[in-house]
Amino acid sequence: MANFQDKIAKLFPQATIEGDNMPMISIPDNQWHDLALALRDDEDCRMDYLVTIVGMDWKDSFGCIYYLMSSVHNTLVSVKVTTTDRERPMLHSIADVWKVGCLYEREVYDFFGIVFIGNPDMRRLFLSIDWKGFPFRKDYNEENPVSIENERQSDLTYNYVELPDGTVEKKEIEVFHPGDFVVNIGPQHPATHGVLRFRTAVDGEEIKKIDVYMGYIHRGVEKLCESLTYPQTLHFMDRLDYFSAHNYHHGLCIAIEKAAGIEISRRAQVIRVMMDELSRIASHCLFIGTYCMDLGATTMLFYTLRVREQILDIMEKTCGARMTFNYDCIGGVMQDLDPDFQKDVKALLAVLPANIKEYNKIFTGNVIAKNRMEGVGYLSREDAISYGVTGPSGRASGWACDMRKLQPYSIYSELDFDEITATEGDSMARFKVRMKEMEESAKILSQLVDNIPEGEYCVKVPKVLKLPVGRWFTLVEGCRGAFGIYIESDGSTKPYRLKIAPPCLPLAGVVDHITRGTKIADLITIGGSLDYIVPDMDR
Amino acid sequence: MEVTTKSMPYEAFKDNEYIEKLVNELKESGTNVIVGSLDKLINWGRSNSLWPLTFATSCCGIEFVSLGAARFDMARFGWEVARASPRQADFIMVAGTIVNRMAPVLRRLYDQLAEPKYVIACGSCAISGGPFRNSYHVAKGIEDIVPVDVFVPGCPPRPEAMIYGIMQLSRKIKVEKFFGGVNRQEKQREFLAQHPVEGVND
Repeated sequence: MANFQDKIAKLFPQATIEGDNMPMISIPDNQWHDLALALRDDEDCRMDYLVTIVGMDWKDSFGCIYYLMSSVHNTLVSVKVTTTDRERPMLHSIADVWKVGCLYEREVYDFFGIVFIGNPDMRRLFLSIDWKGFPFRKDYNEENPVSIENERQSDLTYNYVELPDGTVEKKEIEVFHPGDFVVNIGPQHPATHGVLRFRTAVDGEEIKKIDVYMGYIHRGVEKLCESLTYPQTLHFMDRLDYFSAHNYHHGLCIAIEKAAGIEISRRAQVIRVMMDELSRIASHCLFIGTYCMDLGATTMLFYTLRVREQILDIMEKTCGARMTFNYDCIGGVMQDLDPDFQKDVKALLAVLPANIKEYNKIFTGNVIAKNRMEGVGYLSREDAISYGVTGPSGRASGWACDMRKLQPYSIYSELDFDEITATEGDSMARFKVRMKEMEESAKILSQLVDNIPEGEYCVKVPKVLKLPVGRWFTLVEGCRGAFGIYIESDGSTKPYRLKIAPPCLPLAGVVDHITRGTKIADLITIGGSLDYIVPDMDR
Repeated sequence: MEVTTKSMPYEAFKDNEYIEKLVNELKESGTNVIVGSLDKLINWGRSNSLWPLTFATSCCGIEFVSLGAARFDMARFGWEVARASPRQADFIMVAGTIVNRMAPVLRRLYDQLAEPKYVIACGSCAISGGPFRNSYHVAKGIEDIVPVDVFVPGCPPRPEAMIYGIMQLSRKIKVEKFFGGVNRQEKQREFLAQHPVEGVND
């Protein structure tokens, strides 16, 4: 780590580096692109995974904080780039360095109005083209009422190019070629798993290009969080990826506890991890059911939902709800475990292996399933990293990206479980990885179920919780990939900025890349195997 | 008149005053015997084969999936045929938050439903915007976008609550007067007069 810091300091004398554990590099905008290339390609850095871009409005200036991670050295670095121009804020794009950058920059542009010079697709991402203002700016006070008039559509996108004399020119580009035949899929389509829209250019049956339209369930959670106190922000985590409700809660709780310096009891940690793993099994169960339904095997849904209902029963007894549990809280968990909890989990563990065997028997070996999944939707390891595809989908391409192993949190470092990876990178591999992950989750549960320590389930925390001035970033493993939480505090009871880095946004961003050249019927297979949750990507 | 459905005891329903009000309205307007009997027959058929549109934007949609699966099994009530096309569905169960960008789409789906059509607002987001009410990009309830027949509260409502909601809808359909133009067409014309749609030609 020190080696690489010296190198950066030598190459970029204007850069300042602070912090040791997760260094923050501040760099002027005009050198940022060179630094990005150096960070990605240098042997000592190899920062090849862009975790997220946090757009910021510090009132006197705009800026972005880039979180980068190395898949080789497993180190985390952040880079801060700012601009003081409030009228026409502009930064240099890194969309050509990390492919997922294009999507993240569009998000920042949508929320803050920061234009990225060199980004090939500078459109709004979630909001309509007629939207007035940029909602995440601190001085935003525009009125944008709900309308039932059809949204104005445009086939144009923009590219800002820097000329040799330093001025910036805006260029118009057409999203599709004039002769393209464009089929609209969604937002109301049963196989897009929610309200996602694909504008698909096809040549016969072959897909030429997909333009992903999002924002049909963009609820502005991050902005809402800025007006709520820290304990109040927790309940939104249930409603992003509603299958990973416990995992997301866990992530935000860790971030806040780290910032406030709260130590939680071992009992609470064990309970949290058990709930995380239970929800992982339930989530993968539903994935298998709906995915098989997408491929035409309706019966599977009924088999997999049987296990899911059993898990929901366990959760309901303890948390009091079937979904949106709101169970993890700052300092531990809301209530103690139900007296039946251990008995119920053991009953689940007893029936799970037989169930998984049954799923494999019904579906995995089926010749139709094999033909539809094997070799369909190939994603290479390099592309998975560059597009930021984490979770089971990334692991199916051979990238060991499990945050439980890479950035161990809670008690995961003490547990014995394997990280499932595959090398095929096709839809079948993504399906099988999830199937095996259920077994690993069961392994974790069986290690913990008899070892739940006594103690308090929730430690005392101050009634009015204030975080010190600073910024914190935490990564946890949701059911669909790495889930990041960024908190910036100005010392009050409310977050100055709370950024959610969801795993599903890059999953949707990679659809265009994977599906190029495949048949349009395979779009459903590929989209289903990526298993994105639309409210999670839109937030 | 005790309006009930699916062999449920009349007392098991919580808001019978509302249905009784509808029944009284029906009685006051008066119907002749033959037309009234035909009404009853048609309403019986309709109220027992309600086909929902597969429409889900967020969390509530997953409970709707559970509702269709073996444990809650809405098939036993005749509601199982969830259609992906609005042209074949009877009602929309608006399961989830409706945001600014989705509002015109929901409106269009509603317009595409064949008559007679019904709407159930499912979950607090569809009723009032729920936890996201103060957001810059969320509709404060769907009543401004489409007329609603039944509200099902919850976040998300349990599948049992959804079953109760659809039963309420089927009771409502049972006291409709089919002949003589009490139907939705009237209501829709009224609604459209209040909410003119510009730029939509179909």
